[in-house]
Amino acid sequence: MKAFTRLTAIAAPIDMVNVDTDQIIPARFLKQPLTHPDYPSFFFHDLRRDETGAQREDFILNQAPYRSAQIIVAGENWGCGSSREGAVWSLMANGFRCVIAPSFGDIHYNNGMKNGMLPVRLSKEDCATLRAQLHEQPGAQISVDLAAQTVIGPDGASYSFEIDPFQKHCMLEGLDHIGLTRQYDAEFDAFEERYNKEASWLFAG
Amino acid sequence: MSAAQTMFDKIWDKHVVVQRDDGQCLLYVDRHLAHDGSFHAFGMLRRKGMTVRRPWQVYATPDHYSPTDVRTIDGIENEELREKVAALEANTREFGVTHFGIDDGRMGIVHVIGPELGVTQPGIFLVCGDSHTSTHGAVGAMACGIGASEVAHVLATQCLWQRKPKTMRITVDGNLGFGVTGKDVILAVIGQIGAAGGAGYAIEYAGPAIRQLSMEGRLTVSNMTIEAGSRFGVIAPDDTTFDYLDGRPYAPKGAEWNKALAYWKTLPTDDGAIFDREVAVDGNAIAPMVTWGNSPENVVQVTDAVPDPGREANAERRESMRRALDYMDLRPGTPMSEVAVDRVFIGSCTNSRIEDLRLAAEVVKGRKTVVPSMISPGSMQVKAAAEAEGLDRIFTEAGFDWRHSACSMCVGLNGDLVAAGERTASTSNRNFRGRQGPGSRTHLVSPAMAAAAAVTGTFTDVRRLMEEQ
Repeated sequence: MKAFTRLTAIAAPIDMVNVDTDQIIPARFLKQPLTHPDYPSFFFHDLRRDETGAQREDFILNQAPYRSAQIIVAGENWGCGSSREGAVWSLMANGFRCVIAPSFGDIHYNNGMKNGMLPVRLSKEDCATLRAQLHEQPGAQISVDLAAQTVIGPDGASYSFEIDPFQKHCMLEGLDHIGLTRQYDAEFDAFEERYNKEASWLFAG
Repeated sequence: MSAAQTMFDKIWDKHVVVQRDDGQCLLYVDRHLAHDGSFHAFGMLRRKGMTVRRPWQVYATPDHYSPTDVRTIDGIENEELREKVAALEANTREFGVTHFGIDDGRMGIVHVIGPELGVTQPGIFLVCGDSHTSTHGAVGAMACGIGASEVAHVLATQCLWQRKPKTMRITVDGNLGFGVTGKDVILAVIGQIGAAGGAGYAIEYAGPAIRQLSMEGRLTVSNMTIEAGSRFGVIAPDDTTFDYLDGRPYAPKGAEWNKALAYWKTLPTDDGAIFDREVAVDGNAIAPMVTWGNSPENVVQVTDAVPDPGREANAERRESMRRALDYMDLRPGTPMSEVAVDRVFIGSCTNSRIEDLRLAAEVVKGRKTVVPSMISPGSMQVKAAAEAEGLDRIFTEAGFDWRHSACSMCVGLNGDLVAAGERTASTSNRNFRGRQGPGSRTHLVSPAMAAAAAVTGTFTDVRRLMEEQ
């Protein structure tokens, strides 16, 4: 995975609740590989473009200062719905490395943590404050420091966030989970030997 | 004497291979379901030069991309779809995984065939690269959806890193009324706790209204747990569960069945076990439900009207309601029963099992569809069972399009799409913008309500139609 340590970048406010992963990448693009030359254009495709394929002026990520944003500040339940990891890949294909929201779809959250795309939970009020500031000062920057578990808003205010220590460690180091798990092969073998006897009906075939 | 435990805690503890000091657990995966959308994960494995650690604990079927009009790979006209269905066959052969292919009588939607084949059992940890894996919790399994990287991890290691979620018990008291189904129960639950209400929790459904549901009804309830934000939706196994599983091809047999059964009976939550959150739902008050917006939490009873955003105090919610009503082309105050539909879809991992089809057939019998309506049974075995009972004739005589099994119009990956601007009564699980095709307008309902919409053209209260019969 791509390591994440700290990032200072333009942030875009998205004032919507329940942004599901079908919005982030519509299902019809899921059959395409990440190497597809148009992959970045799948991101928020149907909200960003009209029926003719032209970009909608009123969608915030199409507007000038936010086009180079790398952080999103969103509403409740960001990334709910489908488990499609393409939602994370399409965010990253567009340069995003961090989404700040009051709550996330649990699967999308984990998918982010597996790819170096940091989901940060701040309170509903703090997210609303940050979004208001980003609207008032288009192009304003936010700083995210994973080691320190802090977010610094455009006005210099500091917010701290909680994160699972193991997931944090893996993301700071950019660790491959499979390699890490294989370090526990002895424990795995011992578990299976005991478990195969206990729950023998699962292994009788 | 150990402390009273929830069922979720009991199953979790049984699967811990490693518990780190920081609270992360490496859990053993008993069963892993794969599908034709799992190609990313197989590709990751291949790129890393890895094998599947326990291939015989993995079962696969091409549910997402299989068209519903053909049953052979060569017969699939669309090249992209053919490629995806063929890729699963090639991947499963290469890695030695059991595959129920498009031409196999056991093919179907993973969340339908898992329980149907007895692959899903109480007390197991089951994962699948699909969010609706919560379905399997209805059998008493700890089951959750995972992303592609996690699928690759499970294939390579037969384990998954997880931090234990908090627990929530949702107790549905009372008795379900005439014409009220598992679908209505779960829509009512989501309406009550919200689309993010279960985030960070493992849910257990309990109470008399859950106990009286059939296995099919329970599977529908657990299926939509993810639409309440939770990955896990377990229901304690009981005689309904055991009778359902007995004799299924992959269920234990003979002495192993008895050993398994004795264990399964120890699984239900102990008296006095503490949940992090308790929610009470009044089952007596649940009526047939219809969604009106672009989140499953946007739901009302069929006798209600389209809600008015002007009455919503929270500004963010108000704006979200306005956007949804604009997209759905609905006006506040319109009775739901007067909203006309353009199309009906009965299918998906939520509502495509035999009981769902029986219920729909009961409503349809002797009537004619007035809008294009299609049915995709949840599995080829469900399809065969329905045909043996003559349900297919009831549907086709009424004007329904009777198809083969696949995820179909729930997600539209296989080409079964709702056109832009069309309004669908759908038995599926997501009413997101564009879910059934760009510009599609989805209303989630039970199979009975979908059947009523098919023969009347509006969201008719199915209880009224059933009384007429």
